[in-house]
Amino acid sequence: MSLFFTIFALAACLGAVAVVISQSVVRMAFWLIVSLGSVAGLFFLADADFIGAAQLLIYVGGTLVLLVFGIMLTASGPYMKIPASPGETVVAGLIGVMFLSMVFSTLPASKEWKQSPNYIAETVTPEFADSSEGNTLRPLGFALLGVRPDVGQDGAGYLLPFEIASVHLLVVLIGAAYLARAKRRQDNA
Amino acid sequence: MLHDPDLNSYLFIGAVLFVCGVICMATKRNAIGVLMGVELVLNGANVNFVAFSRYTTLGLDGQIFSLFVIVLAAAEAAVALAIVLNFYNNHLTVDVDRGNKLKG
Repeated sequence: MSLFFTIFALAACLGAVAVVISQSVVRMAFWLIVSLGSVAGLFFLADADFIGAAQLLIYVGGTLVLLVFGIMLTASGPYMKIPASPGETVVAGLIGVMFLSMVFSTLPASKEWKQSPNYIAETVTPEFADSSEGNTLRPLGFALLGVRPDVGQDGAGYLLPFEIASVHLLVVLIGAAYLARAKRRQDNA
Repeated sequence: MLHDPDLNSYLFIGAVLFVCGVICMATKRNAIGVLMGVELVLNGANVNFVAFSRYTTLGLDGQIFSLFVIVLAAAEAAVALAIVLNFYNNHLTVDVDRGNKLKG
């Protein structure tokens, strides 16, 4: 458990750093795949099996493929590498280190939050005891339908956000197809 | 040496992803690089959501929110990529510093 956590955590962090450091867009895409895949592994380790699978399917399988297609359509010849000025890089690195040390200094405060060894396993699994289909799949589906048997009557259902997300996806589909449609270029010259 | 992961280690990973994403957004001049920075930031937020839902009494709500974040990130990537392709059609480059035509 801790060995896998260390491996995935190192891969996620080093992948993210490599995305920042590397200059070529194609290498950035590759390191992003490493980083996001390791984050999916971290999700599996945190008992979020459905979120990890969704991360692999939608992020690594969908969004990143979309980004790679964007690179293939736009990165021609001289535009593969657009270097940033060294001054900007130094300033950005300084700000990043400062923000990271600030977050570091506030991390011990999380000891005061109400922590529990495994709250989901305590509240969810007794009602949905079939662990052969994953710990969170069935409760997540119920919650998206607006029913929360794991927390009782006063739990928040997510039917309305689910519907809004579906309409939002439809709007995005139409909007993206409208924006990226092939149109005749107007030559002003 | 290797102890079991706790909330702090997940929060630290989330912070590293967030900072890398912000630096990526700020320094990359390639529009698709900026998009990748946004993806990293959203993933840092997702790590925090899942960690809180595992290690505190937040419960399943954190996981549901991270699902919504994943869906919205996919939608955002699609629209932003369409905008980048439009920009490339008009300017023949993806350098975001060249997008200054609206400057008065």
